[in-house]
Amino acid sequence: MTTDTASDETRVDLDIDATTTIPQLTAGAPATLVAREVSAWFGNHQVLDNVDLTMAAGQVTALIGPSGCGKSTFLRILNRMHELVPGASLAGEILLDGQDIYDLDRRPIESRRRIGMVFQKANPFPTMSVHDNVLAGLRLTGRKTPGKNGAAELVERSLRSAGLWEEVKARLGTPGSSLSGGQQQRLCIARALAVRPDVLLMDEPCSALDPTSTRRVEETIRSIAGEVTVVIVTHNMQQAQRVSDNCAFFLAAEGQPGYIVEQGPTGELFENPRDERTSDYVNGRFG
Amino acid sequence: MSTLTEGPPAPVPVRDRRVIKSRPTTSDRTFVAAARSAAVSTLVIMGLIGVFLAIGAWPAIKQQGFSFVTESQWLPEAGTFGISSLLWGTILVGLFALIVAVPVSFGAALFISEYAPRSIKKALVTIVDLMAAVPAVIYAIWALFFLQERLLSVAQWLSVHLSGLLPFLSVEVPDSPSSYTSSAFIAGVAVGFVVMPTMTSVMREVFSQAPTGEREGAIALGATRWGMIRSVVIPFGRAGIIGGIMLGLGRALGETIVVFAIISPMFEFTTHPLESGTNTIAAHIAIRYSESSGVALSGLLGAGLILFLFTLVINTFAGVVVSRSRSGAATEI
Ligand SMILES: Nc1ncnc2c1ncn2[C@@H]1O[C@H](COP(=O)(O)OP(=O)(O)O)[C@@H](O)[C@H]1O
Ligand SMILES: [Mg+2]
Repeated sequence: MTTDTASDETRVDLDIDATTTIPQLTAGAPATLVAREVSAWFGNHQVLDNVDLTMAAGQVTALIGPSGCGKSTFLRILNRMHELVPGASLAGEILLDGQDIYDLDRRPIESRRRIGMVFQKANPFPTMSVHDNVLAGLRLTGRKTPGKNGAAELVERSLRSAGLWEEVKARLGTPGSSLSGGQQQRLCIARALAVRPDVLLMDEPCSALDPTSTRRVEETIRSIAGEVTVVIVTHNMQQAQRVSDNCAFFLAAEGQPGYIVEQGPTGELFENPRDERTSDYVNGRFG
Repeated sequence: MSTLTEGPPAPVPVRDRRVIKSRPTTSDRTFVAAARSAAVSTLVIMGLIGVFLAIGAWPAIKQQGFSFVTESQWLPEAGTFGISSLLWGTILVGLFALIVAVPVSFGAALFISEYAPRSIKKALVTIVDLMAAVPAVIYAIWALFFLQERLLSVAQWLSVHLSGLLPFLSVEVPDSPSSYTSSAFIAGVAVGFVVMPTMTSVMREVFSQAPTGEREGAIALGATRWGMIRSVVIPFGRAGIIGGIMLGLGRALGETIVVFAIISPMFEFTTHPLESGTNTIAAHIAIRYSESSGVALSGLLGAGLILFLFTLVINTFAGVVVSRSRSGAATEI
């Protein structure tokens, strides 16, 4: 192996702005996301109660807790995906750099453009090529894809950031569905990064991946932190410890809405939890 | 403690392979047999219909030879008859039916599956399915007493304003409404209304099956609803669109009573579809059946055989297109 490719593999392009030649695309800057007194319902069924959480700019915040306590619901509230479910409603505010994304004057698509999302199940557009998948966000939002070279650069940069470039650079024209599960998930990350969001939400992005792919996604998360604010839901305690700066522990009693039991810097939450339930959960005694 | 496997000794000895099979239970076997015989019997019935038509048509085909396909007149008494003008009329009517039905069905299907508020969605689905079940004779009455008259002015407008650009839209006497009354155009549009509900239903069904994960993926990227539809729903539903169109076309080609109600039979190659006078295979059979006997009757069966083969080819073609695409599994045609 030449030193060149070795450095290619290890170097993840953090400096997304430096080589920018893309008009129409405002530089993404990590933004602080604040959830204030958030409650959520599906129909009459309340699933979240009074959640307060600050997700600091450029940091990785992990949401942990047993199944069904409302982590996914909370995450989907953060980029206005919650309202896609018929009958879903909420209370409270989500402030993106101080502005409420649910303000009546804010269009949902504007918020979603700034707050990207990676889903539990990889969902690349199966009939689009790898290349087109990466650019899909730009095309969908009606922003000009930069000229031929700009597009190629953006694709490469995004795929590098997602740790996928080396594996797919020779087959950018193949359909997204021809990649392995782990590669598809990283393609989705690249796709989300290509529009340069201020915040990236990830809902158990590794739950269907093998250990190698998981490790790569975790490396990706660490390397993009700083460029973008990351909020990740995970069931894996080691993963939360490896990737996150801050952590929030959600819990819901049987039939009751979920709430945050404890939140704080990840190290403290894991080594020195203040609540007994947190201690039990992070040490694998339930959930 | 873990154990290690030693590498295979060289040369590797020949190993006996096991037969990999499982013994089906009685109920498995019964079910498979029932399903298989159902599938086989549809094929057998199809085949028998074809054979029946071919046998019935044989005297006419033997008498006319190849000119049965090329001859445009239908004069069994004079000993010459053929289906070429009928086939041409059938295609024209089918074409006009598609021109009207495809855009409307596509739009209606998208509206119902993607835009309609939940409160009226169910009602719309039911209405469309009900419309598909309305007998064609009802459409024929409606076409005769309502649609025909209103389409006259459309036909006249098209002819007067566009025939300069598109000469085939001209008619001999543009000022007289009766020039337009029983044209391939009006018959085709009426047939279009008959096949619309079926097309809409097939397309809507496939659109509504576009995967939630991909839809949400597009929306999470900041797509508008239309962007999501363009990037996810339509690519996914391509097979359903084609399947729906082909199913509709198949029905349009065979539509009898509606065409019968509108047209005045004519045995020529109309190159002016707005002008009164056309004919289709199905309508021709219906009109002539009771008064025909002998070789003339055999000729009608021959016309039926041609229609049968024609629709078979179209549906097979559609089936191939559909089965090659992703939502194909979900589409029946
Ligand atoms: N689309 C939905 N409709 C109705 N209830 C839902 C829906 N999605 C989730 N829920 C309910 O909301 C609660 C929280 O679910 P979720 O946010 O998915 O939890 P988690 O991601 O922590 O496992 C659960 O009780 C679940 O049953
Ligand atoms: Mg979840």
